Amino acid sequence: MTKKIEAIIREEKLNDVKDALQRIGIVGMNVTECRGHGRQGGIELMGRSGAYKVDLLPRVQINIVLSDHNVEKAIETICQAAQTGNVGDGLIFVYPVDDVVRIRTGERGRAALMYPGDIDERRAASGV
Amino acid sequence: MEGINAGDTAWVLISTALVMMMTPALAFFYGGMVHKKNVLSTLNLSFILMALISIQWVLVGFSLAFGKSMAGLIGGLNLAGLAGVGSEPNADYAATIPFLLFAAYQMMFAVITPALITGTFVERVRFKAFLIFSLLWATLVYDPVAHWVWGVGGILRGLGALDFAGGTVVHITAGFSALAFASVIRPRRGFGNGHMEPHNIPYSVLGAGLLWVGWFGFNGGSALAANGLAVTALVNTNTAAAAAAATWMFLSWRDNRPSVLGIITGAVVGLVAITPAAGFVTPLAALIIGAVAAPISYYAIKFRQRRRLDESLDVWACHGMGGLWGALATGLFATKAVNAAGADGLFYGNPGQFLVQLLAAATTVVFAFVMTLVIANALKRTVGLSVTETEEQVGLDIAEHGERAYA
Repeated sequence: MTKKIEAIIREEKLNDVKDALQRIGIVGMNVTECRGHGRQGGIELMGRSGAYKVDLLPRVQINIVLSDHNVEKAIETICQAAQTGNVGDGLIFVYPVDDVVRIRTGERGRAALMYPGDIDERRAASGV
Repeated sequence: MEGINAGDTAWVLISTALVMMMTPALAFFYGGMVHKKNVLSTLNLSFILMALISIQWVLVGFSLAFGKSMAGLIGGLNLAGLAGVGSEPNADYAATIPFLLFAAYQMMFAVITPALITGTFVERVRFKAFLIFSLLWATLVYDPVAHWVWGVGGILRGLGALDFAGGTVVHITAGFSALAFASVIRPRRGFGNGHMEPHNIPYSVLGAGLLWVGWFGFNGGSALAANGLAVTALVNTNTAAAAAAATWMFLSWRDNRPSVLGIITGAVVGLVAITPAAGFVTPLAALIIGAVAAPISYYAIKFRQRRRLDESLDVWACHGMGGLWGALATGLFATKAVNAAGADGLFYGNPGQFLVQLLAAATTVVFAFVMTLVIANALKRTVGLSVTETEEQVGLDIAEHGERAYA
């Protein structure tokens, strides 16, 4: 089975999360900039004189498609790297994915997700 | 007004405005090279100095630099508050323009010099520490060195050191102070891991372009008259910038591809290098000075990167090394055929001038470096130089100013 992880995180944590995922062998991802708020509500910014409220804050959404058995490891890694402990650290959503097609080769399913040196290849190499 | 020349006065007025424009231009040159979360902070480091140093200059700065010399080391306070500095010319400095205009023109140099150093503060400096540093630095480093080199009775002027528009006073002091400061402040979080992409190179191109324009006032205006010498300085300035930009393009191309950020940096380095020489050399010498400046700064940046020093926007490599080369090159290429009030350099049979240039440059390097170490360390132990890691991650625009650049 294949899953999609959508992680909405703080803008400033993107590099930390990206690096942490790369370290465990999750190479492929795409990222979109978005705005939003949850419980945090918003922040006050300074104007020419006095403050004003901004309630949609910049966030980054990371999209990763990966095999079932790698989901927990990825979630754990993202949480660790993206956490500040303050309100507004973000959310992770996990969805089922029907199929994956690599456009260049026409490969389908898990084959379309494999990269040289990725998390599965590393696991196989270490014999776990 | 007796002795005032309208043409000279008009040109120095315009030059004052041109040099004033260089500080916001520098702000954009630097602002483009940082993360977007720090662009307002970076722009502001330059902009606020237009306020801070203008006040310092009127109150004491001008007097410390150009007041009655005390043992050649610093000016007295006889001109503090610009007392007695008015429409009458002062023949010691510029016989055909109001002395007050000379003070205003010099004020713009005093403003941009600490602004140059801000390239090494970016993305992590605590704003309060920066303000105190800049005020102390202007008073304890810039004003004395300006006095040594340009003030009547100044020790380096007395030796016969040539610095047409501030290669030593402006660029060596700023460049080597930046190097000293970078060795005291902690590096940016994640420095060296490849997450340092400039956020808006077009800003930097705009800034560099306006710096080039402004430099016509910086160097051309340093003739302090609308005359042939001003034209010489302007043509030399343009020629050196062109030579350095083109040379940098080839250096970058040889390593990979001709980088736009590299080409504009080359132009700035050429402008730096010709600054001390602009009114003393021929256009062909300017061509060589610019062409040689480019590899010096280019490889100085690579050296700085290998040493893993977070001198963030390469103020030392560009201004320190460019200015040092310019000061020495003045001792090589200067000729009385261009400026009778100058001197002949080594290539015109006067090796002594080269030694004088070397001595003046070395003195300034050591003084600026040591003084900055002292000021920066004192501030590090009291108010602290840098923001917290969390503030740095969020970005200085929000953390220090409560604003964001782009809604």
